[in-house]
Amino acid sequence: MHFARVVGTVVCTEKVPAWRGQRLLLIQPTDSAGKATTARPIAAVDTVSAAPGQLVFYVRGREAATALSDPENPADAAILGLVDAVRESSQGQA
Amino acid sequence: MFLARVVGEVVATAKHPHLAGQKLLLVRPEATPGRPEPATVIAVDTVQAGPGDRVLVADEGNAAAQVLQKQRGPLRTVIIGVVDETDAQNA
Repeated sequence: MHFARVVGTVVCTEKVPAWRGQRLLLIQPTDSAGKATTARPIAAVDTVSAAPGQLVFYVRGREAATALSDPENPADAAILGLVDAVRESSQGQA
Repeated sequence: MFLARVVGEVVATAKHPHLAGQKLLLVRPEATPGRPEPATVIAVDTVQAGPGDRVLVADEGNAAAQVLQKQRGPLRTVIIGVVDETDAQNA
């Protein structure tokens, strides 16, 4: 799972049935401090009612689709949580 | 699977129900000499790992489901071992 910041919303009136009622957000991958990486923004299904500006974590790949109640859907990225805090331990840097 | 170092923890109150009650740790994959330092990733702890531990991390949904003894879900990154030592040449 990776960090990202929500930077926008994606609206699709016409979409696959499994995504009906599902929110799609545009997220910018970041490091653990919330600083944007060079990776391009990605569209992800939202499972935690994230809002623009929030730091979140997401999963990529086949597992993302199983975040929705109907796992037979084409999602390849899903937001799984809102980051409250990241506690980095200095001893872990050794 | 890859080797990584536990460098912190992540607190997230609002999260997908599949992650309820799971401890989320911040791990930094071990760097390959001559290549950029890998970014940290978030992994679910299954072995009571702590800060500074060198750990074995699986990054695949079926592996995660097995070690957590859960149905397949949106989890794929799990810490599955604390490494005592490795023995590798030219690595």
